[in-house]
Amino acid sequence: MATPHNAEINRKAKEDRFQGHDYYNIDELLNEDHLLARDAVRTWVKQEVSPIIEDYANRAECPTHLFKGLAEIGAFGPSLPAEYGGGGMDEIAYGVIMQELERGDSGIRSMASVQGSLVMYPIYRFGSEEQKRKYLPKLGAGEFIGCFGLTEPDHGSNPAGMVTNVKDDGDAYILNGAKMWITNSPVADIAVVWARDEEGKIRGLIVEKDFKGFSAPEIHGKWSLRASITGELVFEDVRVPKANVLPEVASMRGPLSCLSKARYGIAWGAIGAAMDCYDSALRYSLERTQFGKPIGQFQLTQKKLAEMITEITKAQLLAWRLGTLANQGKATPGQISMAKRNNVNMALEIAREARQIHGGMGITNEYPIMRHMMNLETVLTYEGTHDIHLLITGHDVTGLDAFK
Amino acid sequence: MKSLVCVSKTPDTTSKISFTNDQSALDTGNIQFIMNPYDEWYALVRALELQEAQGGSVTLINVGPAANDAIIRKGLAIGAEKAIRIEADPQSALFVAKQIAGHAKAENYDIIFLGKETIDYNGSEVGGMIAELLDLPFISYASHLEMNGNTATIHRDIEGGTEVVEVETPFVVSAAKGLAEQRIPNMRGIMMAKSKPLQVIQQAEAGDLAVAVHFEAPPPKKAVTLVDPENMEELVRLLHEEAKVI
Ligand SMILES: Cc1cc2nc3c(=O)[nH]c(=O)nc-3n(C[C@H](O)[C@H](O)[C@H](O)COP(=O)(O)OP(=O)(O)OC[C@H]3O[C@@H](n4cnc5c(N)ncnc54)[C@H](O)[C@@H]3O)c2cc1C
Repeated sequence: MATPHNAEINRKAKEDRFQGHDYYNIDELLNEDHLLARDAVRTWVKQEVSPIIEDYANRAECPTHLFKGLAEIGAFGPSLPAEYGGGGMDEIAYGVIMQELERGDSGIRSMASVQGSLVMYPIYRFGSEEQKRKYLPKLGAGEFIGCFGLTEPDHGSNPAGMVTNVKDDGDAYILNGAKMWITNSPVADIAVVWARDEEGKIRGLIVEKDFKGFSAPEIHGKWSLRASITGELVFEDVRVPKANVLPEVASMRGPLSCLSKARYGIAWGAIGAAMDCYDSALRYSLERTQFGKPIGQFQLTQKKLAEMITEITKAQLLAWRLGTLANQGKATPGQISMAKRNNVNMALEIAREARQIHGGMGITNEYPIMRHMMNLETVLTYEGTHDIHLLITGHDVTGLDAFK
Repeated sequence: MKSLVCVSKTPDTTSKISFTNDQSALDTGNIQFIMNPYDEWYALVRALELQEAQGGSVTLINVGPAANDAIIRKGLAIGAEKAIRIEADPQSALFVAKQIAGHAKAENYDIIFLGKETIDYNGSEVGGMIAELLDLPFISYASHLEMNGNTATIHRDIEGGTEVVEVETPFVVSAAKGLAEQRIPNMRGIMMAKSKPLQVIQQAEAGDLAVAVHFEAPPPKKAVTLVDPENMEELVRLLHEEAKVI
């Protein structure tokens, strides 16, 4: 095979030449809807995300115009019923959509995860009919942006320790406290906030952006998820009408069931980021020549590539099986933890190896690798850290709680 | 407007093309098939826009085996309301044109849309043949189409410029870049497509006048030879002795 001149490769780097990888013919396990959904989102990402993402990430700015596009394509709550603004699809379709979004950028996938799984889902699952009719169609259409407030400055891995609280005041609750690390918060129209009531129970509240005493300052200086906006939620005697309290849940089961939904999506999403790194590394290794040969001909490069595709294939099978269980309503939180932890770590390791294959070029934004690698540091930590998920599995198999 | 949009399947442009051992047919083993982009991005979308603006219907038609249903579903997900597949393994443009014309004859479509070519063999033959078989006008390479009552004003791409033609319905038109903008199916469209009718009909008797018997891949490209800008004599020698162009 003729190898193009090395300068030629560098010129071509910016165009998105991504191709999917399916070493075990896993596509045969997917149905027509899944394949159509995946191709649609892949095309959308190539048109809308790839051309702009390096620039937004570089400037640490959130491409908020993409909320509308994500809504149009149907990326918000694809597995929620259509009458409430969702797509009426199954869990595997939701998974492949997240995979393709994260192939573009973890921050873009986060925009969709938060809106669909952490804002629309709790309103759908625990909200009143009135709340569903009021908020879900607008969220599904991208007219409203939502955020999810669970983590606090002093309570991250241990959210049940939260101090944000509500006090009964007739037809309203008075909300006080602060949330930290909240994706979308500075641009959100509504926040689903978890707070402790006077009986010590965890309640979910829908807080609208213009409620008095509520502010959402941005957190600056992130080296990760730079194209996603993150902020705080600060509540100073905010009056939240009782009509805005989610009636159907009063415990940690509320936020945890949302997290299960989002973590499930991350287990798929991470495969997308890994695949993008592998795809770029594979192409680079065939085009880049050193010592008179394509670098893909050296055994050490092949070891990296072979291990990458092996790990991607294992992660795909894990996600597919988890999706099948989720479709049957049988996926347990422990199973979701295992897949989130394994797949995100797999993606991060692949990003690091892929970075090496790209040599010096790999550290620039000519290639997506460093962006994915830095993004994945957040993905490894949010929605339950890598270690916390390990403890969940440990708890599951031993029956012994190692958290405290 | 009552429109018929002809859609074909074609290998994805990134597919590696190889042939069966006796070189008599394309080896479809590892090929990813897609809907022909000229059909999907331009012909189908312009037909949908006309329907949205002034009512009517958009029907898809494909001549091919059941494996093509995936491509047809994508067309339904983008917005066509129903589809017809004529069960066949087509070997020539004439065969395809006869099947489509056979269906269209009884249906009185106002406009029959197709892409200016399918990007596999780039034959550009089917449209003209359908028009001939139905005795309809054929406007090829349309990059712009406006309707005013039953009259269409169509811009055709011609060498170095544009030709503007007017034509009354019914007619056959082939779509070039510019006729419309690609629409990506959304999740709702994908779910709705499942309940839209896809009717499979048997092929009509139609012989092939010509059949392909042998394929050959082009010779592999040679590596680029770089010549020092100072060394014009070497460049001349290479062009003369190796490339044999001067
Ligand atoms: C960019 C970004 C976006 C985010 N978006 C959101 C959002 O939208 N909504 C939201 O609510 N939260 C969000 N988070 C918060 C995220 O979920 C938390 O950061 C995460 O849960 C970890 O909490 P922490 O940062 O307080 O770390 P800590 O809990 O302080 O953990 C620090 C370290 O200690 C370890 N550790 C903690 N407890 C144990 C233990 N028992 N045993 C062993 N090790 C332990 C952890 O594994 C970790 O390595 C986001 C975070 C980031 C970075």
